[in-house]
Amino acid sequence: MQAYLDQLIKDGAFAGVPRELVYAVAMVLAAFVVLSVFVAPLAGVTSWLERRVWARMQSRVGPNRVGPQGILQWLADGIKNLLKEDLIPSAADAKLFSLAPYVVFMGFLCTFVVIPFGGNLIVADLNIGIFYILGVTSLVVVGILMAGWASNNKWSLLGGMRSAAQIVSYEIPAGLAILTIVFLAGTMSMQGIIKAQGWGPWDWFLFHNPFTFAAFFLYFTAALAEGNRTPFDIPEAESELVAGYVTEYSGMRFLFFFFAEWGNLYVIGSVATTLFLGGWQVPPLWIFDNNPVLLGIAQFVTFFLKAYLWVFVAMWVRATLPRVRVDQLMALCWKYMVPLAFVCMLGTIGFLFVPDDVRRVISAATLGFAIAVAIVFFLRVAFQIRHARPELYWKPHI
Amino acid sequence: MNETAQVEPGFFAEEMTISVGPQHPSTHGVLRFVVKTDGEVINEAIPDVGYLHRSIEKIGEKVTYHGYVPYTDRADYLAAMFANQAFCLAAEKLAKTEVTRRGEFCRVIACELNRIASHLISVGTFGQDIGAMTPFVHALRERETINNLMEEICGARLTYNYIRIGGVGYDILPETCTKIVEFLDHFEPIVDEFNRLLSGNKIFIERLAGVAVVTKEEAFSYNLVGPNLRGSGVKWDIRRDIPYSIYPELEFDVPIGTAHVGKLGDSFDRFWVRIREMQESCKILRQCLKMMPKGPAIAKVPRKFRPPAGECYARVEAPRGDMGFYVVSDGSEYPYRVRIRTGSFTAMAIIDKLSKGIMVADLIALIGSLDVDAPEIDR
Repeated sequence: MQAYLDQLIKDGAFAGVPRELVYAVAMVLAAFVVLSVFVAPLAGVTSWLERRVWARMQSRVGPNRVGPQGILQWLADGIKNLLKEDLIPSAADAKLFSLAPYVVFMGFLCTFVVIPFGGNLIVADLNIGIFYILGVTSLVVVGILMAGWASNNKWSLLGGMRSAAQIVSYEIPAGLAILTIVFLAGTMSMQGIIKAQGWGPWDWFLFHNPFTFAAFFLYFTAALAEGNRTPFDIPEAESELVAGYVTEYSGMRFLFFFFAEWGNLYVIGSVATTLFLGGWQVPPLWIFDNNPVLLGIAQFVTFFLKAYLWVFVAMWVRATLPRVRVDQLMALCWKYMVPLAFVCMLGTIGFLFVPDDVRRVISAATLGFAIAVAIVFFLRVAFQIRHARPELYWKPHI
Repeated sequence: MNETAQVEPGFFAEEMTISVGPQHPSTHGVLRFVVKTDGEVINEAIPDVGYLHRSIEKIGEKVTYHGYVPYTDRADYLAAMFANQAFCLAAEKLAKTEVTRRGEFCRVIACELNRIASHLISVGTFGQDIGAMTPFVHALRERETINNLMEEICGARLTYNYIRIGGVGYDILPETCTKIVEFLDHFEPIVDEFNRLLSGNKIFIERLAGVAVVTKEEAFSYNLVGPNLRGSGVKWDIRRDIPYSIYPELEFDVPIGTAHVGKLGDSFDRFWVRIREMQESCKILRQCLKMMPKGPAIAKVPRKFRPPAGECYARVEAPRGDMGFYVVSDGSEYPYRVRIRTGSFTAMAIIDKLSKGIMVADLIALIGSLDVDAPEIDR
């Protein structure tokens, strides 16, 4: 985008306007567009879709009243929450209490700066892209701690403490899993990592070698834990801590936390897609020649579908699994995931010295293994799908 | 803050007192625990009962024997049939009333359906306490079918008022019997599905195995009853050991704790006993439906029911264990005294002992595994 702006300035489109001002206005505009056109509807629709998917898995109907199939439910919820009274408990630390949701929200929103939407659609292709994501998502833990402490509620405090311990711990396996890919790609730029892969699964980093295959699952698990999702949703464990750090929040501030949670699902999915699944790479078909708009749309759709697949998996996991206990959570991280992530990292470094044709054979074997696992998995799930009254999926009105 | 807390600047730790309940998502109903914790580890959890007291025992002295049956429904609204039956057994013992044979079968069918419904709530909410939302909804879905059956049997879905002194209020129709068989055919595979989804889940087992172990001796000394006692490996079931109604004629197992994932008497064992009791109830139901004789559903009982002076204690095996009604008659139309003994009340006492040194999340698992039910504690 900066190149485009430079071109415009060079052509004299903003004659007489200081260069810095042009950049500043452009940045604000870009942030506004990304927020209002993409992030807000995305988080909202994800909230509706999650409730809907969840309901079908539990043989319920789910929200289906506002708009066709209830798709506007998120707007209704948002408006309702905007109209609610914004309560600040008298015993709370008012300033921190009001600030906390915005810190959480910012930590999540800033990641969209480097998340690619397509080959050319990216706000800023920073050369430290993935590192930047790790950095700004850490802001979330600050916000959650602030919320937990400032609420002056024991449940909130417990939730905040749990969350801090959890997010800080799980950043290590997540970071190590990301590092394996950084070694392979030789860059931290999001676009650079995607360009280092190909459009076919055999060129993805996921199947580069067995270690990256394992690293993917380590990353996804750790990211679920960082995003406070089941089975790691202990900071807001409903049956234990009432609502954890959001116990005292109401109205729009309450919504901001969940806005960040649902939007964060997409961030998890898109980081996984960028690092492991080839990003927006599309097959070089003849229709894309001399047709950059079509190419852009195809790349966007490819990336979005790949990323959203993992959002769906997260919903599925949430509907299936119980919650782990806080000590088991820590044991899982420090006893199993951190050492495993180190093994993955070292193994991948080892593969950098393996001759390329040998590596290609191992890569094909990994791909075959993954396909076999997927087939076995879906054979097991097929029983449930057959028994799930599929007609209800197409016509869920009761 | 007092002065002793300020003597040493820097790090110091103190106990945190938290009130769990009465409004808390996993204290089903209105339980309250005053919990003292050191971070996440509980030092003590003192149960505070009495939030749901409705003086059902005192009401018994003010209404007639027949009129008291609907009140017994409210003693435990998840298993109303058993309170009905226990009170009616006591009244029948006092007046030496014979129950018709078909009436006994109707009672057992209704009770066992109710036991399945109650256990479904128990295991479902237990799953929800552990964080699994889907099994809860699936369990409630199955319970809804039972509620429909109950509605056909007696016209009510929750507080049945079905079992009357001398028999049952309404006969079970042949069409309803067919529907019960259909339900059983549908339900037995569902239990396996439930086990695949929840009972066999690694996280679920890890959360429960070895947590809050009740030994056999503790179970005796704290007077645990029902599935909680059987979870500790004691084969004691009122239906088998102090038989009433037609249970001696029926064949069924008494499931006890197996300790196949953890220690004998841990939270998982209590949960597992309930799952297998549902399967046993299915067996009992199938036998009853086959053996059911023809005849009247209720014996001739005078409208003005005046048992001779005396006292009597009758007990049944309710889903939450031994439920007993102690009824004293002075020969008048009204009971002189009614005392209700329930399983949840005794189960509450052991929570204080078991909660020392476990974590907050385990306390929730413990409450869920004991299946304490607020209305039954306070009556």
